[in-house]
Amino acid sequence: MEWIRQKLDKFKEPFAKGKKLEKYSPAINALDTFLYTPNHTTQKGAHIRDAVDLKRVMITVVIALIPVLLFSMWNTGYQYLKQVQPEVDFWDAFGHGALEILPMIVVSYAVGLGIEFAFAIFRGHEVNEGYLVTGLLIPMIMPVGLPLWMLAISVVFAVIIGKEAFGGTGMNILNPALTARAFAFFAYPTYMSGNQVWVMNAAEVDGVSGETILGTLAAGQPIEYDSMDMFMGLIPGSVSETSAVLCLLGALFLIFTKVGSWRIMLSAVVGAAAMGLIFNALPMMGVEGNALTNFPWYNHLIVGGLAFGIVYMATDPVSASQTLKGKWIYGFLIGFFSVMIRVFNPAYPEGVMLAILLMNVFAPTIDHYVIQANVKRRLKRKNEGINAQINTAV
Amino acid sequence: MSNDIRINKGMTLRLKGEAEKVLVDAPRFKTYAVKPPDFHAVIPKMVVKEGAKIQAGDELFFSKYTGEVRFTSPVSGTLKEIKRGEKRRILEVVIEADASDSYREFGTMDPLSTDADAVKARILESGGGAFLNQRPYDIPADPKDTPKAIFVSALNTAPLSADVEFILKDRLDAFQAGLNALSRLTPGKVHVSVAGKSDGTFNGLQNVEIHKVFGPHPAANVGVQIHNIDPINAGERVWTVKPEDVANIGDLFLTGRFTAVRTVAVCGSEAKDRKYYRTIIGAPVAELIGDVSTKDVRIISGDVLTGTRVNRDQYLGFFPNELTLIPEGNQYRMFGWLPFTYNNIPSNSRTSLTWMFPKKKYEVNTNLHGEERALVVTGEMEEVLPMDLFPMQLLKACMGADIEKMENLGIYEVAPEDFALIDYVNTSKIEAQEIIRLGLDLMITEVG
Repeated sequence: MEWIRQKLDKFKEPFAKGKKLEKYSPAINALDTFLYTPNHTTQKGAHIRDAVDLKRVMITVVIALIPVLLFSMWNTGYQYLKQVQPEVDFWDAFGHGALEILPMIVVSYAVGLGIEFAFAIFRGHEVNEGYLVTGLLIPMIMPVGLPLWMLAISVVFAVIIGKEAFGGTGMNILNPALTARAFAFFAYPTYMSGNQVWVMNAAEVDGVSGETILGTLAAGQPIEYDSMDMFMGLIPGSVSETSAVLCLLGALFLIFTKVGSWRIMLSAVVGAAAMGLIFNALPMMGVEGNALTNFPWYNHLIVGGLAFGIVYMATDPVSASQTLKGKWIYGFLIGFFSVMIRVFNPAYPEGVMLAILLMNVFAPTIDHYVIQANVKRRLKRKNEGINAQINTAV
Repeated sequence: MSNDIRINKGMTLRLKGEAEKVLVDAPRFKTYAVKPPDFHAVIPKMVVKEGAKIQAGDELFFSKYTGEVRFTSPVSGTLKEIKRGEKRRILEVVIEADASDSYREFGTMDPLSTDADAVKARILESGGGAFLNQRPYDIPADPKDTPKAIFVSALNTAPLSADVEFILKDRLDAFQAGLNALSRLTPGKVHVSVAGKSDGTFNGLQNVEIHKVFGPHPAANVGVQIHNIDPINAGERVWTVKPEDVANIGDLFLTGRFTAVRTVAVCGSEAKDRKYYRTIIGAPVAELIGDVSTKDVRIISGDVLTGTRVNRDQYLGFFPNELTLIPEGNQYRMFGWLPFTYNNIPSNSRTSLTWMFPKKKYEVNTNLHGEERALVVTGEMEEVLPMDLFPMQLLKACMGADIEKMENLGIYEVAPEDFALIDYVNTSKIEAQEIIRLGLDLMITEVG
C-alpha cells in the first residue's frame, strides 16, 4: 500500500505551502485525510492523544444511520408496489426504493460538500466532517418524491444560511438537516405535505392512499395500521422516519459508542410520553378531545418522525444543550413540544421538526441558566470568604 | 475519615515503560543547567558572569519583578555558558560541575522555634523560594504575599509518573523539616495529600493536615485537591510545593545547605535503563538516558501529559521527576477514521474497543491521531475534569479573552496541567493547556 501514499504525496506537491495551488490545499487535504490519518505529531500540550477524531465520530453516526437507510429503501418500494400489485418481491421493492433514494443522497452530498469545500478554500481552514452526517440526514427526512432541484436548494439554504453564516461547523444555532427540511416545508408546502407525497408516484396512480398516520388522524379518518406496523415502520412517511425499531437499534449503537447523548434521548421519550399521557387523560377530566388527543401515548412515540428526530437530530451536539443538566431539560421539552404541536396544530403534522428547531434556539438559554447556577455558587463562596475575613478582623 | 478526597471523574492511562522501583545514585555529571523558562513569567536578571566560580547555593539570577526570589546554583563549579534564544531571552544557565560539591553554608536552624520572618528569609536567600509556586495563575510565588494555605500533593497519578513515596522514603526527616518550615509561611494550614492506597510512608507527619486521595488521574493534581479542600476565590493566594522540593527546603534547615536533590524516573517505552536515578536538579538528558538511539524518539522532561520536549543535548527541567522517552508518531494510518479499528491506540472513546481491556498497557506515540477541528462533541471534557466548573465554556471564554466570564467560570481554580487530560481526550484536538496558559497570562496582566 506504500505506493498509494507515495503517489498521493507526489500529487500533493503543488498544493504545499508557498506553492502555486496552496489556496486549494483544504480540498486536497480533505481527500487525503479520508484515505490516511495524517502523520502530524503533537507540537504543544500533551504529548500523546486519544485515537478518536471528528471523522471517527461522524462516521460512527453514519454507521448508525445505515440500517435505517437500507430499511427505508425497501419500505419506499414496498409502500408503492403493495398498492399496484398483489405480491411484493423483496428485491423488487428494494430496487424501486433505492432508485428513488440514491439520487437524493448523491445530490445532497454533491451540493453540500461542494459548498463546504468552497467555504474551506475561501476561508483557508480545513474541511470539517460535520456534513458527512448532515448530507445523509437531509434526503432521509424528506418525502420520497421531492424533486431533486428542491432538495438541492434546501441543501444550499441549510449549509449557507443555517451553518456557514454562523461561522461554520460547531457554530450553528440550528440543526442544518432540519433547517433544510424546514426550508423545503415552508417554501414548497405542496411537495412536503398532503396525502400525495409520502408514497412514490402516488399522484400518478389512481387509488393510491398515501396519507401518513398523523395526517389521517388530523383529517379525522380511521387508521388502517396497527401498533406493530407503526413500530416496525411498514407505514408511509418521509424516507427514513418510519421504522421506530431501527431507530431504537441506531439509538443503542449511538449510546453504546457514547456518540449520542442518552440523556437527551431518554428525556425526550419521557417528555413525549408525558404530553401524550396528559392528552389521553383529558376524557377523564370531562374534556372530549379528538382523534389526535385520544391517540394512545405509546403510539405517539412510534409514529411520525419522533423516534428518528430524537435519536439522530436532537442529539446533534452542536445545536443541543452542552451542559449535562441542560441536556435533560432540552430533551424533555423536545418530546413534550413534539406531541403538543402534533395535536394542537394539525396543519403541521410533523411536530418533531418544529420542536427540535425551537429547542435548538433555546438550548443556549438553558445552558446559560445551568452555568449561571455554577457562577452564583462561586460568587457566594467568595462573599462568604470575605465576610469570614471581616469577622475575624473585627 | 472526612479528610478523604474521592475523585470519580478522570482516567487512568496505562502505558508501557514504567520505571523499575530501583534507586540508583547517578554519577556526577560534567554539566548541569538551570533553565529560567521553567519559571513562568519570571524575567531573569543574571548576577554572575560566564567563567565565574560558584558554590552550590550561590545566586545565579533573580526575578526582575519580585527581587526577593533568588535562583541559586544546584551544584558548585564554573558558570560555563548562558544560552540565549530569540530577543536574547535566557534559555539555559549551564554550570560545569566540580568533581565534588562545595556548598555555601547557611547554618542549621529549627524552623519551629525560630521567628517566622527568619524562616522565610532563610528560604529566600538560599534559593528555596524557587520551589514555591502560587495558585491562581500557576506561577512562581511572590514572597510578599501571605498565602491562605500551602498545598503539597505527595502522590502522582499521571501516566508513568514517579512514585512519590518511593523517592521520599529515605528523606522523611528532611520532608518533615520542610513541612515545618512551610507551616511558618502561612497563617492557614499546610495540606499534604497522600495516595489513598499508600503504604503508610507518610503516616507520621506532623504540623500538617493529611488528606487521603482516591481515584484516577488527575486526582494527584494539586489544583484538583485545592478545589476539593479549600477552593481559591478571586483575590486569594495559595502556594504549592512539589514533594521532593519540600525535602530540599527541609535540607536548608537540617544541613544549612541547598542540596537540590532530584530523583528522576527514566521511563517510557523507548528508554533502556528504566530506573529511578538520584541526581541534582538540571541533570543532562544525554547522560541520564544512556546510549539509546534517539532517532524518531520524543524525549520529554516530565510526564507525557504535561512535560516539555527536550533534545538529547539539553537538560532536565527544574521541577519534573520524570524523563520520558516515547516513539514519535510521524506515520500515516490508512483509514484511521474507521471506528473499532487500530485498537492498539488507547482511547477514552467507545468508538475504539480499548475500553474492554482496562488492565492492558499500551505503547503510545506522539501522533495527533487526526487534525484540529471545530469544537463539536460535548460532555467529554467534563468526564476528565473533577472540578465543579464547565471546562468547555471556560476554554471558549479564554479564547475570546472575556475576562469577566473567565473569572465567573473559575479561571482562578485551574492550571494548565488540570487541562492536560482534556488535551488528550478531546475529539477536536484543541490545545486546551495552551489556551488556559494564555488565559491565565491575560488575567495576570489585567487583574494581577
